[in-house]
Amino acid sequence: MNELDLKKEGIRGINSKLQTLPKNTNEKHWVVTNPMGQHSIAVGLDGPLQIDIKGHVGFYCGGMNKESEITIHGHAGVGTAENMMSGIVWVKGNSSESAGATGNGGLLVIDGDASSRCGISMKGIDIVVGGNVGHMSAFMGQRGNLVVCGDAGDALGDSIYEARLYVKGKVASLGADCIEKEMRAEHIADLERLLKAAKRKEKPSEFKRYGSARKLYNFSVDHADAY
Amino acid sequence: MDTNIPRTIPRKSATFDDATLAEIRRAASTGIYDIRGAGAKRKLPHFDDLLFLGASISRYPLEGYREKCGTDVVLGTRFAKKPIHLKIPITIAGMSFGSLSANAKEALGRGASAAGTSTTTGDGGMTPEERGQSKHLVYQYLPSRYGMNPDDLRKADAIEVVIGQGAKPGGGGMLLGQKISDRVAAMRCLPKGIDQRSACRHPDWTGPDDLEIKIQELREITNWEKPIYVKIGGARPYYDVALAVKAGADVVVVDGMQGGTAATQEVFIEHVGQPTLACIRPAVRALQELNMHRKVQLIVSGGIRNGADLAKALALGADAVAIGTAALVALGDNDPHYEAEYNALGTTAGAYDDWHEGRDPAGITTQDPVLAARLDPVKAGRRLYNYLKVLTLEAQTIARANGKSHVHNLEPEDLCALTIEAAAMAQVPLAGTDWIPGKMRF
Repeated sequence: MNELDLKKEGIRGINSKLQTLPKNTNEKHWVVTNPMGQHSIAVGLDGPLQIDIKGHVGFYCGGMNKESEITIHGHAGVGTAENMMSGIVWVKGNSSESAGATGNGGLLVIDGDASSRCGISMKGIDIVVGGNVGHMSAFMGQRGNLVVCGDAGDALGDSIYEARLYVKGKVASLGADCIEKEMRAEHIADLERLLKAAKRKEKPSEFKRYGSARKLYNFSVDHADAY
Repeated sequence: MDTNIPRTIPRKSATFDDATLAEIRRAASTGIYDIRGAGAKRKLPHFDDLLFLGASISRYPLEGYREKCGTDVVLGTRFAKKPIHLKIPITIAGMSFGSLSANAKEALGRGASAAGTSTTTGDGGMTPEERGQSKHLVYQYLPSRYGMNPDDLRKADAIEVVIGQGAKPGGGGMLLGQKISDRVAAMRCLPKGIDQRSACRHPDWTGPDDLEIKIQELREITNWEKPIYVKIGGARPYYDVALAVKAGADVVVVDGMQGGTAATQEVFIEHVGQPTLACIRPAVRALQELNMHRKVQLIVSGGIRNGADLAKALALGADAVAIGTAALVALGDNDPHYEAEYNALGTTAGAYDDWHEGRDPAGITTQDPVLAARLDPVKAGRRLYNYLKVLTLEAQTIARANGKSHVHNLEPEDLCALTIEAAAMAQVPLAGTDWIPGKMRF
């Protein structure tokens, strides 16, 4: 285990160190201390590292991550794991808005609550939220899974494409073109896998699935009122 | 009818002219607004309303074929470790693979590289053809983030954070289903054949303070090497440029309402945003007041057609221009050679703007493999190269005539305006007077 003190190294020092490690390095486990809510910690990583951040982080922690497993032992700001490609970002506390935005792959776990626009424009990422998500979550979600173990705010899945949403609790309202859908065997298997990966105790049978009605896929004036 | 009584001749309304009447009928029959490509088509105050004064006794000119007139420009000198050094101050504006064919993107890369300048991706990601053929490639970072990934980000020579564009400041985008081929769909992570909407706001930041953090993230991911551009539509150029500078931009791109789009509502194109001419001086004033003029470079786009437009934009304070529509025309867009086919589409060469339909006879704004194959990327790239050379030679001609050894030495004092509107917008005197509307003279 290696330690990086953000107070001493600064953001550039920490990111530069983590980004330039050779892919086959033996120094895989890094602990970042004194994150102090700073922005852009551990962004653009490209390799199978294990990063433990001991405290709260600001915007975009783990942004565009590839392969690394990043654990935030605290709360996270806006855009956690934005545009992640692969790997894992795990928030032990709560996460602010736009968590997992535009993510292409990998797994984002938020043990606590996520704010609004969680999974906005998601493109293949899997997101598991232990608590609630705010309004407009999975807005224009293209691909991937959003699992919400608590409640979802207003306009869930507005203008959604092919992303799959699973919510255990209440949904305040569904957005344009988002409907409740049948939970088939493939979805139960998917959900089981995701809950297990996120170390959740909930059962797939407790969730409802939501997704696209696909009525807004090609513009029709008769659907203009949906917007 | 008594033919001895004089009659009034049929008179059409200036308000309800033929185009207006046709649009009302079209709207009534379809129930949907008109969507088209290109920029504003209405007559606007533009660079044609300005003239260069030239040299005489008070200023002396440079010899046309013997004395040097520089044209190079360095973009990204503020923070980036690796600024871009271009031979000419004309860049190719962002146009997506998806809206354009792969051959068209390749041709843009070929032409721009041969001329020593940059080309720009678009809303849809980076293609190998484009990267391969572009010596300097600017990678757009858009609200949709279609195709966005850190590997391509690092392959880019600069990153352009797109806030808006001149054809539709405040608007997102739409690539209609008919242009979504297998390849386009795969790059955008969406099913084939469906309309692909591009959001009007970024998904993970709002406002200038957030933008500053976003720019920091992009710099951190790319080791602070790449120049970061911020592109805005011509909405409130004074404030938006100031905020872009505050957020940490290396380069600001200001796109006026004549700037083109692949597909947007006609009402948006023609009624939202400001003419390019009206955007330059407020943008330059914002830079000057922050002591950032020439430190943060300004690129102006929207209706640049010739070397005179280029020279006028530079004289008003821009560091470079970007061209989009003109570059497509140079490749072969709207060429009368295809007149019969344009007629079959209900239009004529020069007026074809249904770029979103994917039926472009010139093979440029299409994903139809048969049509796209019509465009030879090598020949089309050569045409773009030729055109860029002509723009450069024309601007040099004007600069020398005004006694300038570099096109960047052109200044507002070299200009006068033909109309009061242009004088007010460009803040140069009305021809034959020392009057600049809105400016007190003591």
